[in-house]
Amino acid sequence: MSRISTEQVKHVANLARLAITEEEATRLTQQLDKIITYAEQLNEIDTENIEPTSHVLDLKNVLREDIAKPGLPNEQVLKNAPDHQDGQIKVPPIIE
Amino acid sequence: MSLFDHKVSDLHELLHKKEISVTDLVDTSFKRINEVEDQVQAFLTLDEERARAKAKALDEKIGQADKKGLLFGMPIGIKDNIVTKNLRTTCASKILDNFDPIYDATVMGKLHQAETVTIGKLNMDEFAMGSSTENSGFKETRNPWNLDRVPGGSSGGSAASVAAGEVLFSLGSDTGGSIRQPASFCGVVGMKPTYGLVSRFGLVAFASSLDQIGPVTRTVEDNAYLLEAIAGHDEMDSTSVNVQIPNYVGALNGDIKGLRIAVPKEYLGEGVDEVVRQSVFHALKELEKLGATWEEVSLPHSKYALATYYLLSSSEASANLSRFDGVRYGYRSPDAQNLLDMYKKTRAEGFGDEVKRRIMLGTFALSSGYYDAYYKKAQKVRTLIKKDFDDIFQKYDVIIGPTTPTPAFKIGENLADPMTMYVNDILTIPVNLAGVPGISVPCGFADGLPLGLQIIGKHFDESTVYKVAHAFEQSTDFHKQKPQL
Repeated sequence: MSRISTEQVKHVANLARLAITEEEATRLTQQLDKIITYAEQLNEIDTENIEPTSHVLDLKNVLREDIAKPGLPNEQVLKNAPDHQDGQIKVPPIIE
Repeated sequence: MSLFDHKVSDLHELLHKKEISVTDLVDTSFKRINEVEDQVQAFLTLDEERARAKAKALDEKIGQADKKGLLFGMPIGIKDNIVTKNLRTTCASKILDNFDPIYDATVMGKLHQAETVTIGKLNMDEFAMGSSTENSGFKETRNPWNLDRVPGGSSGGSAASVAAGEVLFSLGSDTGGSIRQPASFCGVVGMKPTYGLVSRFGLVAFASSLDQIGPVTRTVEDNAYLLEAIAGHDEMDSTSVNVQIPNYVGALNGDIKGLRIAVPKEYLGEGVDEVVRQSVFHALKELEKLGATWEEVSLPHSKYALATYYLLSSSEASANLSRFDGVRYGYRSPDAQNLLDMYKKTRAEGFGDEVKRRIMLGTFALSSGYYDAYYKKAQKVRTLIKKDFDDIFQKYDVIIGPTTPTPAFKIGENLADPMTMYVNDILTIPVNLAGVPGISVPCGFADGLPLGLQIIGKHFDESTVYKVAHAFEQSTDFHKQKPQL
C-alpha cells in the first residue's frame, strides 16, 4: 500500500511553498513513498514511555539582558535584496 | 615537496625564523590551485587579491615583537555554508548565487583573530545535503586520489582541497557525517566536535540540532590546533556551551596505556566492505600494541539511526530553509504575478532536487496528522540512540569503527536512488544524533583509495579522541601518502 498519494504530495508542496510540475509530483510521490516506508521501521520499537529528544544538551532557556542596540544600517539591509525602492524592500502585489 | 607537507607548528617556526614568509605560503596555495584545480574543482570562489594583500600586511608584522599566534599566516579554505563578510557565500545553491554577506560567522571572527589567510570558498552538496558533493548547484568536485571518484560530501571541497595540497587546512560542517565521510574518502583528518563546542552563528542552518563546524587537516596535531582556535562559547549562539577549552595539543603524548576501546558489532556488519573491516582490525592491533584493550559491544539501536536522522534533519531543514523566499536576499523568480507565486517559483527555480526532496519530506513529517507518527517518533528513538552511547561510555573511553562502509564510489554511481546514497552515512549519523565528538583518520587503502578510521568520544572529551587518533597516526604512515595529481 502506498504511504503517500500524489494529491498529498501536491498539498505538502503547497505548504512548503514549492511550485511542482505533474511530472515532479509523480516522481516525488514514488521517492517519498520509498523513504517513508523505510522510516516506518521505527514502528518496530516500543517508545511508549520514552521522552523525545529535541536537543542533546541539557540546556535551559538562555536569556540575555534586554538592552537596546543599534540595528543594521538601511543600505546593509538592502544590499542583497532582489528589489527595493525608497529604502524599502519591494515585493509583488499581496492583495489583488 | 610543498610547504604544506609541513605541520602548522613547523611552518610557524619557519615563519618565526624568517626562512619563509606568509606570501610564500599564500603563493603555495595559488600555485597549486593553478596546477590542479581544473581537475579537482574544489573551489566555488577564490579570494586571491585580498589573500595576497593580507599576506603582505602580515609579512610586515613578522618582525614586530608581539607574539604571533600559531595559526598566523596559515592559508585556509572555508566551506561555502559558512558566512564570510563581503565574500560570496552560496551554500552551492543557485538560490544564493549572488549572496554577499554583511557579516562574518563567529568562526571567521576567530580565524581573523588568529590571523589566518582565507584562500576561498569550497564546494559542497547544496545546503550540505548529500554525501558526494554531486548535489552542488555549480560544479562537480573530484577525488584527488582518483578523478573518477567522488570526494565524499557534503564537505567534499573541504576534504579534496586539503588532500590536493591547495590549502594547508580547511573548515567543513558535519550534520550526519559531512566532515568525517569526505575526510575518509580523501585520506585526510576530519573532526566533528561535540554539539555546542563550536559556535554555529553564521553557519547557514541545515539541521540545527545536529550541525557542527569542524576542521579538516593533513595531521591530527594540526586538527587539534585549528579546533582550539575556533571552539568556545558565543553569546550569538544560544546552543554553544560555556566550557573551558582544553589544550588539545597538550594531550597528544602518545600514551594510551590502559585505554578501553569499544567496537560496536553493528559497525562491522552487513554492508561494510571486507577491506574496510580488515583495516579496522589492523588499526585495533596497532592500538593494542600501544597498550589499549578492545572489546566487541553492541549499540542496539544503530539500525534505526538512518531513518531517525532523515526524519529529524529533513524536518529541521524544512523549517530552516523557509527563509529562502526571494524577499530579503538571494534569487527571486522574475516572472511571478503575486507574492505567493513569487515564493513558489523562486524556491522551485532556486533549489535543486535533493533539497526539494528533503523539504518535502520534512514538511510532510511535521504536517498535521503526521507529526506524532513521524517527527515525534523519531525524537523518541533519538533518545534511545543517545542512551546506547551513554551506556557504552560508562565502561569505555572511546568507540572505534570504520568511518564509511566502502571507499569512495564512482561519480554518478549512487545518484539514481536517494536511499542508496543515504546508506553511506550509516556509521557517522549516530554520532550526530548523540551529539558526541568523532574523528576520521587515515587507516589504509583499497585499490589506491583511502580508508578512514572513526574514533568517537564522550561529550566534550575531544582530548581523548585526539590523543588516540594521534597515537594511531604516529604509529602508521598512511597520513604521509599523497595523491598523484
